[in-house]
Amino acid sequence: MIPPAFDYVRPTGLDEAVRTLADAGEEAKVLAGGQSLLPLLRLRLAFPELVVDIGRIPGLRGVREDGDVLAIGALTTHHEVVHDPLVRRYAGLLAQATETVADPAVRHRGTLGGSLAHADPAGDLPAVALALDAELVAVGPGGRRTIPARDFFTDYLQTVLAPDELLVEVRVPKREGWGYRYEKFHRVAQSWAMVGVAALVRRDDGHIAEARIGLTNMGATPLRAAAAEEALAGAGDPDAVARAAQSAAEGTRPSRDASASPEYRAHLARVLTKRAVLAAAGMG
Amino acid sequence: MTHISVTVDGTAYEDDVEPRLLLVHYLRDRLGLTGTPIGCDTSNCGTCTVELDGMSVKSCTVLAVQADGCEVTTVQGLARDGAWTPLQRAFHEQHALQCGYCTPGMIMAARDLLRENPRPGPGEVRKALEGNLCRCTGYQNIVRAVLAAAEETSASEERQNTQEVTA
Repeated sequence: MIPPAFDYVRPTGLDEAVRTLADAGEEAKVLAGGQSLLPLLRLRLAFPELVVDIGRIPGLRGVREDGDVLAIGALTTHHEVVHDPLVRRYAGLLAQATETVADPAVRHRGTLGGSLAHADPAGDLPAVALALDAELVAVGPGGRRTIPARDFFTDYLQTVLAPDELLVEVRVPKREGWGYRYEKFHRVAQSWAMVGVAALVRRDDGHIAEARIGLTNMGATPLRAAAAEEALAGAGDPDAVARAAQSAAEGTRPSRDASASPEYRAHLARVLTKRAVLAAAGMG
Repeated sequence: MTHISVTVDGTAYEDDVEPRLLLVHYLRDRLGLTGTPIGCDTSNCGTCTVELDGMSVKSCTVLAVQADGCEVTTVQGLARDGAWTPLQRAFHEQHALQCGYCTPGMIMAARDLLRENPRPGPGEVRKALEGNLCRCTGYQNIVRAVLAAAEETSASEERQNTQEVTA
């Protein structure tokens, strides 16, 4: 279908973009790569009066090292994230999960910042950002602020970003020596995850010293599987991992839709957590 | 209206467009380049795939205004002086199409793969084409065609290299 009519501006700098958003209030939508917004416009699920295209604002794209952190510009495309040597080295989980997002053509346009700000709990990257303990940097009229990923997602498609704030950078702590695996369950290629599990595991002397588990599509926001993380500490063999993974759906409120019931999603979370952790720990 | 300059298949265009105009509608309705079809409303089917500055994109999921200053290649810009590319020839020779609706997108997505990975295996071809749907159940021959094109391209490059060495 043809999107509803809207006005369009393409600010050349961050200040101009923030000013434009502040003037427009609730009626503006931010356009980055457009891979979430354009389908919404085309299906007439969104009716913005103004679309603010931030796609060409300089300085928001690319990956750099900043001490113990990888600073990833919000406009860095999925394709760039997947192929970036720094991401592959220090945040392999992000590269692996990003490679499962949609399909190659979408990954050429879609951006990391865009998929986090869109905050779809079925999207792969919000749960990965949680597992990685990422921090999100936003710029608004009042300046810059840094938001931990765990405080960023508030509800279905909702974040703490104000209408006149822009997500500009994703900061991911560098991790070396951690095992990782993103397990995604879907029925057809390129579809959304029915459930996804992002696992990061640090091993010590053959045992799991620490596990961090992010859950995709197990509630209105991405979640951490806190009970399973706790139960996994000290696990030294596949049976212990399987037992710990039984608590992966604790505290979650998965939705019901055409493809799965909440009970089935809970089952998937347990199975995928087991698989992801075994692979991440090199026990698979 | 927003003014855009865009080069499509080697021809430069200047136009005033509504911001909501999708790139695929610009190509088809404004420029008459109907070789790029529209298949779905959900960014799933991939038949409208074109190259934007050398990378495959779904032209139903790009606004024409986002292509301002960019170079677009459609399936209609591939042949040179009427001579098909190895991919186009392989799709013909391997019977990689039945109704042909998905073919432009398949070819544009396959070009993308072969640029990054000139000698893919069958599994890599299937993965690279996961954003393109064929409803005539023609995937077997599509994969075969992409593999054949890869083989032909690298064989002709080897011939060229040998000739250069002997010359």
